[in-house]
Amino acid sequence: MAHIFHVLTIALYAAATAAYLACLFCSSDTIILWGRRILAGGCFAHILSTIHLVSLKRHLPLTEMQESLSFLALLLVVFFLFFERKYRVATLGSFITPLALLMLIVSGGLHGEARELPPILQSNWFWFHTMLAFMSYAAFAIACGVAVIYLLQRHFLKKKNLGPLFRRLPSLETLDEISYRALSAGFPLLTAAIISGAIWSEQAAGSYWTWDPKQTWSFVTWLVYAALLHGRLTAGWRGRRAAILSIIGFIAVLVTFLGVKHGISW
Amino acid sequence: MNIIAVGLSHKTAPVEIREKVAFPPDGIKEPLRELVSLEDIQEGVILSTCNRVEIYATTRDIAGGISRIRRFLADYHKLPLEAIEKHLYSHHSESAIRHLFRVASSLDSMVVGEPQILGQIKTAYGYAAEYRTSGIILNRFLHKAFSVAKRVRTETRIASSAVSVAFAAVELARKILGEISGKTVMLVGAGEMCELAAKHFINSGASRIIVTNRTFEKAEQLADEFGGDAVPFDEFQGALHLADIVLSSTGAPTAVIKSEDVENALRRRRFKPIFFIDIAVPRDIDQKVNDIDNAFLFTVDDLQQVIQANMEQRNLEAEKAEEIVEMEIGQFFKWLSSLEVKPTIVALRNRFDEIRRAEVEKTLSSWKDSPPDAEKRLESLTLAIMNKLLHNPIQTLKKGKEGGRTDLYLDALMRLFELQSVEADFDEESDAEI
Repeated sequence: MAHIFHVLTIALYAAATAAYLACLFCSSDTIILWGRRILAGGCFAHILSTIHLVSLKRHLPLTEMQESLSFLALLLVVFFLFFERKYRVATLGSFITPLALLMLIVSGGLHGEARELPPILQSNWFWFHTMLAFMSYAAFAIACGVAVIYLLQRHFLKKKNLGPLFRRLPSLETLDEISYRALSAGFPLLTAAIISGAIWSEQAAGSYWTWDPKQTWSFVTWLVYAALLHGRLTAGWRGRRAAILSIIGFIAVLVTFLGVKHGISW
Repeated sequence: MNIIAVGLSHKTAPVEIREKVAFPPDGIKEPLRELVSLEDIQEGVILSTCNRVEIYATTRDIAGGISRIRRFLADYHKLPLEAIEKHLYSHHSESAIRHLFRVASSLDSMVVGEPQILGQIKTAYGYAAEYRTSGIILNRFLHKAFSVAKRVRTETRIASSAVSVAFAAVELARKILGEISGKTVMLVGAGEMCELAAKHFINSGASRIIVTNRTFEKAEQLADEFGGDAVPFDEFQGALHLADIVLSSTGAPTAVIKSEDVENALRRRRFKPIFFIDIAVPRDIDQKVNDIDNAFLFTVDDLQQVIQANMEQRNLEAEKAEEIVEMEIGQFFKWLSSLEVKPTIVALRNRFDEIRRAEVEKTLSSWKDSPPDAEKRLESLTLAIMNKLLHNPIQTLKKGKEGGRTDLYLDALMRLFELQSVEADFDEESDAEI
């Protein structure tokens, strides 16, 4: 069953990706509308698939890279649907849906079997920590996508290269606003994730902070976003500088998430 | 019944001619009355704008109808026909339908895609409906034209891009600042172009106008006009940070806004973006301003480039629009033909029935010892023959899809059987069948 939902999700995401990519080349309200509907359908299938997985494993699918990727893709889609609804930025979907699709495909087969979790993971702090971390990652991914579009749009405006793509992408102001919203959601989440992670680390390894690569990188990530938000609030950083920092921050997120292993292993 | 269109437009006549044959909107009743009282003109609509004067009418006799309307146009304005003849064009049937559909969709306009023409046609039709000079065919025709125009508008982007400097500026501002509402516009210099652009910004919701000019009185005057504030010219750099949009058009020989000014202003407004539009030649704003983050500078040449691109875009969209128009012409023409077919069939049946009845009566009256059921039998016999004979022709007429051929058949039938088409009220029911 999970397999069916999984395949269905991939199929719907693929269709939505096609629709959203088409938005870049022809602005038809019908395509946008169907893109949104299909993606919402895919999101629903994804939720069912996740619930099924949870019922099989009897824990949240956050313990392995594969299942984590799928969960992250789900959060990304949910966040995107939220922003799309609020700001009507279909073209953001042209960047987000392919990413979600890719992550889901990479995550591969999801049928796991119930296994006894190592005692180290049987802590509420662990689930708390990973949930928060993933939510912040999804928010930062949105911010990064928006930053890329911002730089593109800015380039078009500065170079007076105002083609059809320029016409379809959202205004700088909207992009800036979404970026700010996403960042101000992501940053507290990341902060809470790091704190709960430290508590879990204390339970699992006996020390709050061990400077293992994961902790170190998440601290680096935190610093980047802290600088970005601080600059924005005190000196009004926005525009290109904010966009570049947001992209750098997301690269740090990717390194934290994909690139380094926990010192604590299971 | 045929639809004909006679008129002239900016494409065929200079303004001196157009203004001579224009009909004033408050005096449209008289010409409309005269139009439909012309020989063999049943319905009429007069469209008169500054870019075109056109008459749409229905007639049975295409060539005669067209020449009578041409003469009417000249006579009504007391002009010799020769004076306007070479500027007049005329269309009939499919070509007349195409013409109105294209005009309504703004494909024939001076600025392709401009939205006013549709409203003007609606007004023209309103008069015709009010004075009852439009009937079943023109009513349907005009409404179809409105729906075609609407379809073109929603299915193509023909009117979605700006083709004037002022509109292009507003469009760009939206791309940079999001909504215009609540934004502040600063006018540096009181040029005409600036003023026009400022009006567009106000119409789009800009909430505050700041004006500066070398002659302070003029600045005050303009500020009053817009309900804004005037700033002395030597102090305006200090107010630059208040503006989201800066429109500059002074006659100054060198730049009046330099990059330091912009950098200071941006810092004071915490880097909220400013959109600079430099309409002046020579330029008012240092070109280096465009390199500053969160400052976006567009010169009049840049805007012209935008307009040029939009024009090209419009022309591309116009091709799509032409396709829509072609599709709709076919549909409407089918309706027009079906409208003709029905009365003809009725007339044909009536003619046959007349002959049949006459013959049955003749036979009965001269038949001495006829059996009691003779009349009944004769009736059913002759009816059966008549129906059999008529079955194929009527089916062929009803099925006739190609407008041209049905017309031919109808024409032949009318002549062969000397039919008078029955002018029935086919309005609602035939509408429902299409």
